[in-house]
Amino acid sequence: MANPILEMQAITKTFPGVKALQDVSMSVERGEIHAICGENGAGKSTLMKVLSGVYPHGTYEGSILFEGDEVQFGSINDSEAKGIVIIHQELALVPFLSIAENIFLGNERSHRGLIDWNLANSEAAALLARVGLNELPVTPVGQLGVGKQQLVEIAKALSKQVKLLILDEPTAALNDNDSEHLLGLLRQLKEQGITSIMISHKLNEIAEIADTTTIIRDGRTVETLDMVADEVTQERIIRGMVGRDLGHRFPPHESHIGDEVLRIEDWTVHHPTDPERVVVEGANLTVRAGEIVGLAGLMGAGRTELAMSVFGRSYGSRITGKVFLHGQEIRVASVSEAISHGIAYATEDRKKYGLNLIEDIKSNISAASLSKVSTSGFVNSNEEIKVAEGFRQSMNIKAPTVLALTGKLSGGNQQKVVLSKWLFTDPQVLILDEPTRGIDVGAKYEIYTLINKLAEEGKAVLVISSELPELLGICNRIYTLAAGRITGVMPREQATQENLMELMTKERDQVR
Amino acid sequence: MTAMAGLKDLFTRNLRQSGIFVAFVAIVGLFTILTDGVLLSPGNVTNIVLQYSYILILAIGMVIVIIGGHIDLSVGSVVALTGAVSAVVVIQNNGPWWLGVLAGLGVGFLVGIWQGFWVAYVGIPSFIVTLAGMLLFRGMTLQVLGNISLSPFPAEYQRIAGGFLNGFLGGEGIDVFTLVIGAIAVLGYAVSQYRTRLGRLKYQQVVESMPIFITKIVLVGLVGMAFTYQLARSRGLPIVLIILGVLVIAYTIVTTKTVFGRHVYAIGGNLSAAQLSGVKVKRVNFWIFVNMGMLAAVAGVVYSSRSNSAQPAAGNMFELDAIAACFIGGASTTGGVGRVTGAMVGGLIMAVMSNGMQLMGIDQSVQQMVKGLVLLLAVAFDIYNKRRAGAAR
Repeated sequence: MANPILEMQAITKTFPGVKALQDVSMSVERGEIHAICGENGAGKSTLMKVLSGVYPHGTYEGSILFEGDEVQFGSINDSEAKGIVIIHQELALVPFLSIAENIFLGNERSHRGLIDWNLANSEAAALLARVGLNELPVTPVGQLGVGKQQLVEIAKALSKQVKLLILDEPTAALNDNDSEHLLGLLRQLKEQGITSIMISHKLNEIAEIADTTTIIRDGRTVETLDMVADEVTQERIIRGMVGRDLGHRFPPHESHIGDEVLRIEDWTVHHPTDPERVVVEGANLTVRAGEIVGLAGLMGAGRTELAMSVFGRSYGSRITGKVFLHGQEIRVASVSEAISHGIAYATEDRKKYGLNLIEDIKSNISAASLSKVSTSGFVNSNEEIKVAEGFRQSMNIKAPTVLALTGKLSGGNQQKVVLSKWLFTDPQVLILDEPTRGIDVGAKYEIYTLINKLAEEGKAVLVISSELPELLGICNRIYTLAAGRITGVMPREQATQENLMELMTKERDQVR
Repeated sequence: MTAMAGLKDLFTRNLRQSGIFVAFVAIVGLFTILTDGVLLSPGNVTNIVLQYSYILILAIGMVIVIIGGHIDLSVGSVVALTGAVSAVVVIQNNGPWWLGVLAGLGVGFLVGIWQGFWVAYVGIPSFIVTLAGMLLFRGMTLQVLGNISLSPFPAEYQRIAGGFLNGFLGGEGIDVFTLVIGAIAVLGYAVSQYRTRLGRLKYQQVVESMPIFITKIVLVGLVGMAFTYQLARSRGLPIVLIILGVLVIAYTIVTTKTVFGRHVYAIGGNLSAAQLSGVKVKRVNFWIFVNMGMLAAVAGVVYSSRSNSAQPAAGNMFELDAIAACFIGGASTTGGVGRVTGAMVGGLIMAVMSNGMQLMGIDQSVQQMVKGLVLLLAVAFDIYNKRRAGAAR
């Protein structure tokens, strides 16, 4: 021990009116994988931005020692020159450029001002081999999935002679296979002497891979746990993050299941731009009143595609099949038809598809049911504010007023705005796509409680999630989807992560 | 809350919106001094209204287009085309003046359907559709006019942009009728503000304190009456000002109080989210362009009436003035943000600057450069403000 590559000492960072970081210290050993945990807004990303020079020296207090010397970064270029590379949650790749072009973007392999493409491509190929990505360097990045793009980002970091790699939520958008590969890669890099700092919400991954974990809460370091020497459980980390023992991560819930509400029969969807490709094939699915049904599947299995095609044909082409509501077949050719039948769909990417971030909370809540606060085409904005205010209180949205901008809320509160929007449409069926993605542990618990409450009110809830523990924690039944086909359905009592995973990977090779 | 604190809060709460008003007042003040008060003389105030009304009418439609996340480059050509068609009906075929107006509006409607169809239902970016329209409708104008100017219009037609309502109630040197209409408008404003306030109070919302509220009403009232007084001392109430006033009120209501208006903001703010919230995006986009076509036709009729002719080159570069008015008035280049009143103030800033510089005898070339710089600075100020707001959170 005691060979730190990085020491951050008494870092304090103040924004006007807010102390984002207060006296934070941490020390990272050379060649370790160091995890940083904390609720959203705890200051993890701010700390990493201080470290990488996004917030230049002078805008914060405290000192940073890298390889024993005090460093003062004026920009991200300064920190990269020292070998510190940060990979942000939102990947920064240009989709139309090739893998090699992306890897050497801003760092081109040139000779007298002209790019040496042979050199660039061969170096890129070597880097790709190192990260275990089997793609040609000339492939446009836009053709790769998120998991592979993440690997390109790491290859890009390696091309900069990285010594300290910082990953902000690297597996948030990845499926289990890709996550597994990524974590394996981090271990490999560790053997090659590269130190990693990983910010993550996925506690099982941290428990699996990290050597040390630093927990940050409300802008302060709470504690540093030695993951190797001590037996650190996930519950132990959660306790540090929230400052209280959650006991169980899922609220208790007793189901009262009624009659069938939603039934989908023989649902087949083709790809929107490539109509020959089948995305969902012959899916059958039912959800009953008061029931919480899960839909599990790996990325690309067609979960979101299934949900969106049912929700007013928002995805796909040549859609065939039937949708029944309370046993009656219904027409859902458009989103407004779906909404009028009482179907609601909260998207997986709330910033991109769910919310108008430059508008206030009330406009977002009323967006799907403006007619409810309008008379003959005129909006009664007072009534609208009253309704939104009601949701702000009942959903516990943390904002001073409903006139606050949605873009300024935290992830969990934004998700509550999305849920409010759909509850205001008074739905019978709620389809929630990744309802807790990118939300901290405390807010997740609140969302689960809300989902339970909705089920208790007799609504039919369909939850799509990449986190199997989440589905196992809240659902009554779980469907599994693999390569566009429903491969099984299991009551909660029988389901385990293992047997679900088996169904989720079933027939994959056959279907391909 | 003390009156001062309330006033300060009122300004800081929406710096961008109040900033534009402050800038407007400063520019009016500056040019009043530079022109020795000629800028605000009765004759000149009337002149500004007559001279820039068509740009303001275009800016109303344009701000809705821009809020929806689009752009319309064709409005200058549409102004020319509608004026030309109207002239053919009235001048070449001796039709009655109202038939010319209807023909012009009809052409604007068809233009809107045409462009709306391509943008909304085929999904071609508005930049391309309206760039094509700019050429297409300019060419049509030349066809319709046979490459020559048509003039003059009959007196009734000329009255649309050049006529005044006055003398109904007498008055020596000062038109009492104009003053009465001005007073009614100010009173109407005060009443509607008061009713809004009562409505908000009924729903237990925060409102400005009474002194602030009264100060605001009195200030607006004074400015309104001063403006009316200058008009009354000149030739009375311009008909085109009534047209403009009605349009501004109507479209302020459309954008802020109707479902259609809210859908426009939703589409411009986040297209996908609007779509997945059940907003009929195609239909809304279609009507945005139909509306723009209609307003361009109104501007076309007003312009042909004012210039008393239909010319092949009419309306050249109007689209740029209208677009500039919107951006100076606080509309966002990426859509989702903007106000009709903002666009009007933006348009007036351009109008006062042009007029002021003309009065000072500044060369046309310099005028263009100044206008260009003002547009750039206005948007730069906007971005600076947004950054500051972002940092302060």
